[in-house]
Amino acid sequence: MEHAQQLFGNLFGPEWGPALFLVAKNVLLIVAIVLPLMLAVAYLTFAERKIIGYMQLRVGPNRVTFFGIPWLGGWGQPIADAVKAVMKEIIIPSGANKFLFVLAPVLTFAPALAAWAVVPFSPEVVLADINAGLLYILAMTSMGVYGVIIAGWASNSKYAFLGAMRSAAQVVSYELAMGFALVCVLMMSHSLNLGDIVRGQQGSSFINWYLIPLFPMFLVYFISGVAETNRAPFDVAEGESEIVAGFHVEYSGMAFTVFFLAEYSNMILVATLASIIFLGGWLPPLDMAPFTLVPGFIWLLLKISFLLFCFLWFRATFPRYRYDQIMRLGWKVFIPITLVWILLIGVVMQFPPSMRNAFPLSLWFH
Amino acid sequence: MNFLQPDFAPAYPEIFLLLMVCVVLLADLAWGEEKPHLAYLLSQFALLGCVLITFATSAPGVVYTFSGMFVDDALADILKMMVYVTVSVVLVYSRTYISTRGMLNGEFFSLALFATLGMMVMISASHFLTLYLGLELLSLSLYAMVALRRDSVGATEAAIKFFVLGALASGFLLYGMSMIYGATGSLNIARVTEVIQTGAMSHTVLVVGVVFIVAGISFKLSAAPFHMWAPDVYEGASTAVVLFIGSAPKLAAFGFIMRLLAEGLGSMVADWQGMLIILAVMSMLIGNIAAIAQTNIKRMLAYSTISHMGFVLLGVLSGDGNGYSSSMFYVVVYVLMTLGTFGMIMLLSRAGFEADKLEDFKGLNRRNPWYAFIMLLLMFSMAGIPPTVGIYAKLSVLQAVLNAGYIWLAVVAVLLSLIGVFYYLRIVKLMYFDEPETDALILPQGDVKLLLSANGLAVLAFGFFPQALMAWCAYAIRHSSI
Amino acid sequence: MSFEDIIFYFFSAVLVSSALGVITARNPVHSALLLVLAFFTSAGLWLLLEAEFLAITLVLVYVGAVMVLFLFVVMMLDINLDQLREGFWKWFPFGAFLALLMAGEMAMVLMGKQFGADEMPAPPSRGADYSNTKELGRLIYTEYVYAFELAAVILLVAIVAAIALTLRRRTGIKSPDVAQQVAVKRKDRVRMVSMPSEKKE
Repeated sequence: MEHAQQLFGNLFGPEWGPALFLVAKNVLLIVAIVLPLMLAVAYLTFAERKIIGYMQLRVGPNRVTFFGIPWLGGWGQPIADAVKAVMKEIIIPSGANKFLFVLAPVLTFAPALAAWAVVPFSPEVVLADINAGLLYILAMTSMGVYGVIIAGWASNSKYAFLGAMRSAAQVVSYELAMGFALVCVLMMSHSLNLGDIVRGQQGSSFINWYLIPLFPMFLVYFISGVAETNRAPFDVAEGESEIVAGFHVEYSGMAFTVFFLAEYSNMILVATLASIIFLGGWLPPLDMAPFTLVPGFIWLLLKISFLLFCFLWFRATFPRYRYDQIMRLGWKVFIPITLVWILLIGVVMQFPPSMRNAFPLSLWFH
Repeated sequence: MNFLQPDFAPAYPEIFLLLMVCVVLLADLAWGEEKPHLAYLLSQFALLGCVLITFATSAPGVVYTFSGMFVDDALADILKMMVYVTVSVVLVYSRTYISTRGMLNGEFFSLALFATLGMMVMISASHFLTLYLGLELLSLSLYAMVALRRDSVGATEAAIKFFVLGALASGFLLYGMSMIYGATGSLNIARVTEVIQTGAMSHTVLVVGVVFIVAGISFKLSAAPFHMWAPDVYEGASTAVVLFIGSAPKLAAFGFIMRLLAEGLGSMVADWQGMLIILAVMSMLIGNIAAIAQTNIKRMLAYSTISHMGFVLLGVLSGDGNGYSSSMFYVVVYVLMTLGTFGMIMLLSRAGFEADKLEDFKGLNRRNPWYAFIMLLLMFSMAGIPPTVGIYAKLSVLQAVLNAGYIWLAVVAVLLSLIGVFYYLRIVKLMYFDEPETDALILPQGDVKLLLSANGLAVLAFGFFPQALMAWCAYAIRHSSI
Repeated sequence: MSFEDIIFYFFSAVLVSSALGVITARNPVHSALLLVLAFFTSAGLWLLLEAEFLAITLVLVYVGAVMVLFLFVVMMLDINLDQLREGFWKWFPFGAFLALLMAGEMAMVLMGKQFGADEMPAPPSRGADYSNTKELGRLIYTEYVYAFELAAVILLVAIVAAIALTLRRRTGIKSPDVAQQVAVKRKDRVRMVSMPSEKKE
C-alpha cells in the first residue's frame, strides 16, 4: 500500500499524488464490492427460480451446466441469461425521449450501488466509514425511484406511465414509514454510523439485538423494504396482469437487464441493512465458543441469506395487494405504529438511570 | 453544553393558543357535523383565555426567554391584547356571513387561530428567525383562508396572486436578513443593535440588507409600489377573510416593523428614513387617487388601506418614540375603522348576495337609519373629519413628521388626504341622498347588532377622548425593548 | 489549483448550468429534472463545506420526496407551453433591463471588498470525529427549540390548509370497508356441502 502511494507521489508530484492515489484506491475498492454483488445478484435470480419452483412442486432451471458436469445442472443458467441479454438489441420506441430513456436504467442502478459504500461487512471492512451513514443510505435509496419515474415517462407509453405513477406514490409513502423505523434505531444507538449501530447491539446473545425491543419496527422496515423494491406482493408498478410490465414494458436487452440488476441489488441491500440494523450485523447469535469461531462476515451472510429467502417466500405465497390497500397499509397502519413506537422509545429513554440500568432495559439502553 | 431550561411563563399565551387550535381541530373532526357552532365557540373561548393569560403573565419590565428569541414587554402585551380583541370581533362579524356560504367549519376557525398565533409570535419576536417564522405562519394561514372559497374563480386567483407575491416578499426579507447576518454575525436583534453601534462592519452591506428588508415589509404592508396584490385579494376573497386580512395582521405588521426597523436597525434610521418617505408618499398618492375610480367597495377599501399604510409609515419614519407611538395610535384607529366598515358590508350581504358594489349602499338611510349613521361615522373617521377619532390619528402622525423636520412631507400628506375625503364622502352621499335599489330587510344577530353599534360609537367616543388611547400607545412604546 | 478546487468548480459549473436549464428548458419535465440535478450538485457543494448533514438531508428531502411528487404532478398535467410563453418577447426588454440593473447593483455590493476572503475567512476544518449531525441536533433542541417548534406549527398549518383546500366529501362512492373485509370469517364465505358422489355408469 505504502509502495503504491509512493509511486503515485513520484508520478504525479506532491500535490496531485495523494489525491489521485485516493481516487485509484477507492475505485479498486468499489470494484471489489460491486463484482461480488453482481455475482450475488445473478445467483439470487437462480435461487429465486429454484426456490419458487420447489415451492410450486417444479424443479426450476436444471439444464445449463458447466463443462457438462451433470450435478451442476442449472447452475450455468444465470450466466447464460446474462450473455443472452447482452446480445439482444435495445429497442427505443418511436416518440420516446431518447436521452431520458437511456438514462433511466442508469439512474435506477447507480443509487442501488452507491448505497453499498457505507455498509460495514465486518468490524473493519467498510468502504466509507462516515458519521451520517444511515442518512446517506436513506438518501440513496430514495433516489432510486427517479429511474422508474423517468423510464415510465420517457417510454411514451400509457402502461409504462401508469406503472411509474404507481411506483412514485408507493415509494414516497413507504419511505416515510421506513425513515421513522430507522429513527427508533438511531434513538437507541445514539449514532447514525452503521458500524456503531452494530456495536450498540453487542452483548452476550441475540437478546441484545435491536430485533427484540424494536420488533414492530423490524417488521415495518422489512415490509417497507419489500414495498420500496417493488417486489411481490407490492409489485403493482410492474403488475404484469394489469399493465403488462409497468414502467419497463418498452425496455429490452441490456437496458431491461439493468433494471433487473437494480431491483435485485436493492433487495440484497434491504436484507443487508435489516441484518445490520436489527439482527446484529456480524455478531454471532451467542457470544460463546462454537459461534465465535465462525468469522463475523459469515454470520452476516447467513442473516442476509435468510432475509432474502423471505423475499422469495413472500413472492411465492402472497397474492398481490390492491393499490388502495397498499396506500392504506403505508399511511394508516405503518406510520401510526412507527410514531407510537418513537414516542415509547423516547419515554423509556427518559426513565431515571436506576430504572434504565435495571435488568430488562439494561440490555438495550446503554 | 450548559443549557438552561427556558422560562415558559412569558410564552404561556402562545402555548395555550396552540393547544386550543389542536382542540378546535379535533373537536370539529369529532362533533363538527352535529354542532357546527362548536368550533366558533371554542375559538372565542381560546381568545378569551389568551386575554386572561396575557393579562396574568404581563410583567412590568422587559423579559427575554428561549435563548433570547422571545421577548415579553409592554408593547408585546398591549399589541397582543388588541390582536385578540380584533380577531374576536372579526369572528363575531363573520359568523353569519360564513355560515350562509357553507364555510362554517373547523378549518376557517383553526386557520384564523393559527394566523393569530403567527401574529403573536411576530409581536414578541426578538430574533430574525422568530420574526420570519411568525410572518410565515401568519401568511400561510392567510393564503389558505383566501383560497378557502374554492369554488370561486376570483378567490382562487386572488389566493395565487397573494401566495406568489407573498413568497417573493418573504424571499426579499430573508435575503435582507441574511445580508445583515453576514455583516453583523448574529440574528439576535439585541445583538445586531449592539454590533451596528460599534460600527465595525461594512456599511454598504448593511444598507443593501436594509433595502431588501424594507422592500419585504412594504410588500406585507401593501405599501406602494409593492401594493399590487391588495386590490385583487380584497376583491376576490370572501368578505370575512378580507376583514381578517385587513385588520389584525396590520397590528402584527406594526409590531414587526418596530422589532426589525426601530429596534434592530434603529441606529440606521438615516438610511431607511429616505426609503420610507418614498414609500409613504407613493402609497398616499396611489391609494387616494386610484380609490376614486373604483366601483367595488372592497377594491376601494383596498386602495384606502394602501393610503392608510402610507400614513402609518409617516409616523415610523420620524424615528423617535413619539413617532412610533403616533404610528401605533394610527394603526389601532385604522383597525377599529376597518372592523366597522367590513362589518357593515357583511351586514348588508345575504345568502347568495354580496354587498360589494358602491350602489349597494344607496339609500341605506331609508332602509335603516341607525346603520347608515354608523357607516357615516366610520366614513367620517376614515376621511379624517372631526369629531371622529380619524382626525386625531392623522394629526398625531403629522405632528411626528413635523417634529422630524419634514414640513413639505406634512403638506403633501394633508393635500393627499384631502383628495381621499372625496371617495369616503361619496358613500355618505349614496346612503343619504340616493333612492334605495332594494328593500331587503337587514336582520343582524343580536351580538352583531350590539358590537357593530359599539364599534361605530367607539369611533366617535375616541374622537372626543383620544387621550386615553394615545397614552396607552405611548406607554407601550416607552416600556418596550426599543 | 488543488484537487478540491477542481471538484468545487466542477460542481459549481454543473449547478449553474442546470439552474439556467431549469428556467430555459421548453419541457416542464426537463425543468424539474434539471432542478433535481441542481439540488444534487448543491448538496455536493455542501459536502465540500463539511456540512454533511445538510447535504444529505437536502438529497433526502428535496430530491427524494419533494421533487418526486413535483415530477408526479408535472407529468400528469398537460401544460400548454405556447400559452405560457405568450407575451414573453413583448416584456423581454423590460424584464432584461430590470434584471441587468439588479445584477449590476448586486455585483457592486458582492464583488467589492466587503465579501472577500479577507473579510470572511473560511472557518478551520474540523477533525474526522466531529459530528455535524450531533451538533445540529443539540442546537435545535436547546437554543433554537422555539424556532424549531414554530417550524413544526407551520408544517401543521400546511397540512390543515392542504386538506381544507382539497378534501371534497363525495357521497355515494362505493369503497370497500377494510375493517369489514378483515373481520370476515370463513363461515361467511364458504359453505360446506356434502353431496353424494356420482357413480360412473
